[in-house]
Amino acid sequence: MFDIDKWQEILATIKKNKMRTFLTGFSVAWGIFMLMILLGSGNGLSNGVAKNFMGDAVNAMWIWSGETTIPYQGLKSGRPIRFHNDDYDVLQSLPGVETVSGRYFMGNTRYSYGKESGEYTTVTCHPELNDVDQNVMLEGRYINKVDIQEKRKVVVLGKDIREALFKDKPALGEYVKVNNVPFKVVGVCVEPESTRNRNAFMPVSTAQMIFNGSNRLHNFAITINGKTLEESQEIEENIRNTFSRKLRFDKTDDSALGMYNKLENYIQTMRIFQAIKIFIWIIGVGTLIAGIVGVSNIMLIVVKERTKEIGIRKAIGASPSSVIGLILLESILITTIAGYIGLVLGTGLMELINFMMVQSAGDVGAQQGDTLFLNPTVDFGVAVASTVLLIVAGTIAGYIPAKRAASIKPIVALRDE
Amino acid sequence: MIKLTDIHKSYEMGSNKLHVLKGIDLDIHQGEFVSIMGSSGSGKSTLLNILGILDNYDQGSYHLGGKLISNMTEKKAAQLRNEMVGFVFQSFNLISFKNAMENVALPLYYKGVNRKKRNMIAMEYLDRLGLKPWAEHMPNEMSGGQKQRVAIARALISKPQIILADEPTGALDTSTSYEVMEILREINDAGITVIIVTHEHDIASMTQKIVRLKDGRIDEVILNGELADFRERYSKELQPV
Ligand SMILES: Nc1ncnc2c1ncn2[C@@H]1O[C@H](COP(=O)(O)OP(=O)(O)OP(=O)(O)O)[C@@H](O)[C@H]1O
Ligand SMILES: [Mg+2]
Repeated sequence: MFDIDKWQEILATIKKNKMRTFLTGFSVAWGIFMLMILLGSGNGLSNGVAKNFMGDAVNAMWIWSGETTIPYQGLKSGRPIRFHNDDYDVLQSLPGVETVSGRYFMGNTRYSYGKESGEYTTVTCHPELNDVDQNVMLEGRYINKVDIQEKRKVVVLGKDIREALFKDKPALGEYVKVNNVPFKVVGVCVEPESTRNRNAFMPVSTAQMIFNGSNRLHNFAITINGKTLEESQEIEENIRNTFSRKLRFDKTDDSALGMYNKLENYIQTMRIFQAIKIFIWIIGVGTLIAGIVGVSNIMLIVVKERTKEIGIRKAIGASPSSVIGLILLESILITTIAGYIGLVLGTGLMELINFMMVQSAGDVGAQQGDTLFLNPTVDFGVAVASTVLLIVAGTIAGYIPAKRAASIKPIVALRDE
Repeated sequence: MIKLTDIHKSYEMGSNKLHVLKGIDLDIHQGEFVSIMGSSGSGKSTLLNILGILDNYDQGSYHLGGKLISNMTEKKAAQLRNEMVGFVFQSFNLISFKNAMENVALPLYYKGVNRKKRNMIAMEYLDRLGLKPWAEHMPNEMSGGQKQRVAIARALISKPQIILADEPTGALDTSTSYEVMEILREINDAGITVIIVTHEHDIASMTQKIVRLKDGRIDEVILNGELADFRERYSKELQPV
């Protein structure tokens, strides 16, 4: 198969027919280039969105209470629904619920350290909150179980609070005054996907004891172990029914009890992106087909243009198979090289865009803002496969006219028109 | 060498059939120099193409070098052409993107001779035809006579036993035509059978045997000795009535 002389003959032919070579090559390179850009953009888009969801646990659910809008069992509408500590226990006992964190927000809490002070939001919580929020610890630790049990006066500061109060002095182990009550700083954290870190976290048990004495909770953040959309919806339904009975409101009353199911949302968004991906693939396949048609067309023209040459070659002793070989190997060589060029340029461009995006994102820290575009690169296997497909298609497209040209009698090919 | 027996050939043109050769019987021996004449459309090229295995025939038999040529695969035919026959065409049929040397060398490529060697041999043949200085020229940079000499060199390079030339001088002026005929005569002197198709009587009279076709049949065969007679008769034919 490998025959230096044959390749020399092919290379000589390519060299002497630059325009033809360029046209064939260009249509292939262009097809692959566009395909790479399309697929890269599609990947970038869905990676970006997936990343945005990754900030919080995907299997997370938020539950909050409000006012009833539908009368229930003789109770008028407009009645506020409130969560208490026992609701926390109820939630924890429900099937499918993995972790539960109750939260109680205290807006405008005054934090002070030495001369510095400021007003921030205090989130009172259980340790499990971090399973949902997935805050990143910069220093120290998060609230733990012992804090809750012993009602320790400890606090985890958001990065902004720490910077405002402590500047560049160490904060861990120091005591800050929260509404004039001293709390020990045990950690500093940032919230992923957020540029503001002005929340402080403290054990819900401590806060209930010190600040309002009640056992109220504003909302729950829970994680569930439903894998599919159906499972997670079933768990959601069960929670709603349980609370509807316990707190007495109509279970269709969305303002009495609000729920946000991240998984449901995630899956739905991913479905949209699946659709976008399919759409991009359709366009990509269309581009590929256009490339294939282009190559086939050029091959048809090439063979027609070379009919006379083929006739001459046959008259002086070329066998049909050597003629087919000559034409096909030329086309394979051109499409391979051109496909490779398109591949390199296309993936190169996407890598460059990726590189520039990483550069402009700046901070090495975990705090990247919302990105719509992330890692817009193409799977290498897909890239190579589509190039190979184009080469194969070009070969098949060239084979049919080449075979026909090789089988016509030299006398027909040689006849002047 | 060549033995044709009752060769028939017709072309299908849509629904009607054009019977071009209607029973040709012809013997040509090794080393003969033959010209085929006849009016336009009488089937000269058709006959030559059959001799060169460029085309097939419908009926009869054709033996080339003792071998029956019929129904052979394209591959076999190509091989036989490469070994036995060299072609020279009226319109030269050089490959336009190859220079003179590469054109001449091409038949050796199909014989499996390596590039260096075949280019060297091609140069020898070009030199023999006085074309060495044009070896690197492309066909479109050469005159008709030069192109025809390149084509002859190409026909010779595979050392064929037969040279078939369809109106080799048809596109050339008189003096160039004579040069080409001189080259063909030298080739013939070396023992190669040369068969040409021509319209021109002065060209035909330089060969040893003239086969006149008329209406798809051999009208007459004029041998060398009778050429003088032929010439005279022909000039009469040319006179306006
Ligand atoms: N491929 C073909 N298909 C149909 N008819 C053909 C074909 N080739 C030749 N003919 C017809 O066959 C007849 C003989 O053709 P041929 O080319 O052999 O003539 P010729 O003697 O060489 O003529 P000229 O002197 O003009 O070259 C002509 O009438 C021509 O039209
Ligand atoms: Mg003719």
